[in-house]
Amino acid sequence: MDILFLLVPFSVVLVFALMGVFAWALHTSQFDDLQREGDRILDDDRRFDGDQGPP
Amino acid sequence: MDIALPAVGGAGALRPAGAAATSSYTDGPVRMFTLAAVLWGVVGMTVGVLIAAQLTWPELNFGIPWLSYGRLRPLHTNAVIFAFGGCALMASSLYVVQRTSQVALFLPKLAAFVFWGWQAVIVSAAVSLPLGYTRGKEYAELEWPIAILIAVVWVAYAIVFFGTIGKRKVRHIYVANWFFGAFIIAVALLHIVNGAVIPVGWMKSYSVYAGVQDAMVQWWYGHNAVGFFLTAGFLGMMYYFIPKQAERPVYSYRLSIVHFWALIFTYMWAGPHHLHYTALPDWAQSVGMVFSLVLLAPSWGGMINGIMTLSGAWHKLRDDPILKFLIVSLSFYGMSTFEGPMMSIKTVNALSHYTDWTVGHVHSGALGWVGLVSMGTLYYLVPRMFGRTKMYSVRAIEVHFWIATLGIVLYIAAMWMAGVMQGLMWRDVNADGTLVYSFVESVKATYPFYVIRLVGGLLYLSGMLLMAWNVVMTAVAGRITPALIPPLAVAPAAAAAT
Repeated sequence: MDILFLLVPFSVVLVFALMGVFAWALHTSQFDDLQREGDRILDDDRRFDGDQGPP
Repeated sequence: MDIALPAVGGAGALRPAGAAATSSYTDGPVRMFTLAAVLWGVVGMTVGVLIAAQLTWPELNFGIPWLSYGRLRPLHTNAVIFAFGGCALMASSLYVVQRTSQVALFLPKLAAFVFWGWQAVIVSAAVSLPLGYTRGKEYAELEWPIAILIAVVWVAYAIVFFGTIGKRKVRHIYVANWFFGAFIIAVALLHIVNGAVIPVGWMKSYSVYAGVQDAMVQWWYGHNAVGFFLTAGFLGMMYYFIPKQAERPVYSYRLSIVHFWALIFTYMWAGPHHLHYTALPDWAQSVGMVFSLVLLAPSWGGMINGIMTLSGAWHKLRDDPILKFLIVSLSFYGMSTFEGPMMSIKTVNALSHYTDWTVGHVHSGALGWVGLVSMGTLYYLVPRMFGRTKMYSVRAIEVHFWIATLGIVLYIAAMWMAGVMQGLMWRDVNADGTLVYSFVESVKATYPFYVIRLVGGLLYLSGMLLMAWNVVMTAVAGRITPALIPPLAVAPAAAAAT
């Protein structure tokens, strides 16, 4: 099952990369004030989206 | 790769509140992708209906090589996954990343290249597959020159998407963009690893991997294509368009983040469940089985999060057919992500493998989850691409929903029954150990289920044709108006804080 010599190290590197991205997100305040971020996309709906047409 | 927030705080970066926005979102590529998605949906589903008919009546290949089932099946799968699904994903990701970042696309001309390049890939597939050029790897059939084009287009797509995030005016990266980003990166990795070949001719190559090793790579690819292309990408769609259509925020934004990280960490390991009881080592099969079972949790977390977004607004489902599409898609997502782990259990798989139960499972996810969430999303996007907020006929959306749902139910019920029947017939032995049934007897017994499945598929295609009509009428009645980017709503102090 020689393919594992490729897949396993590749997957381990990938996991570390993902952990790095998570750490970046944590440290740049991505997870602060989650409630507001969930609501933000609904801010004044049509203005947020740039919609201008008739309803 | 610098994806920290540079824009806010720079000289003149913030417009004073109330000042008119001077630029607009780059919706050209979004508009083109939404229309292309509808077109390829019709094409891909038509090929699907044709091959379903051929399984029922084989003479429908008319003795013509380029209409033979073996060549048309990958045309169907590639068209519905990469052409229909791919265009829907590109449309929605490029729409969502702009709205949530409050900026226009990074390198808009490159975005136009992504559109035309992707159409070139699709057309190349539509020509080469019926001509018989194939690598023989499921969902990775396209030969190496096309695979190179895919890689080039995909890198361009990644640059446009991540570049737009890089120039965002909102510090927080909305959860949908995490799903889109993971989908884009994962597909790039999968494509490159599974696409590694030695070319021996212009349209002929051999995989650098061999035998069961190749099988392992193929199903690492195959299952991650499901997990990242067909799941993560469309979850990104779901996490934006359900809150927008329901006018309610995601039920638990915190859960959506947990859901994201749990999903992407576990999906990569489920691939071996495609190789139970094959030459793949037993322990590798067990790893695949266990991680597939674990996947049930994050998948259902996402489903519940999406459905519960309607908490306190269930009444909207009565009158809003777009919400029906989006919410029911999640029900099918839940069904498929329960069924999948169950089928990953070795003893269950011993019955289901190679039967039509697998086909039923695929289509429950494809028609039920991917199809319906895409349709709901496209019904949201298309009017807005033409200066309106509603489709030409809302009634037609409602009719489409019911036709599609009926079609799905007929399809999967027929395949469940066929699949379990096949599995039971194939393993039935007499007291002396000989087989009770010959293979052809199971084929004959499957016939009525193939007819029912064809009816289900015809219904689903009819719904898609109704959608295409509705889209054309909406486009013709509408006007293309630029979508102005509003002044930044976030207070400068909060946005610039590190």
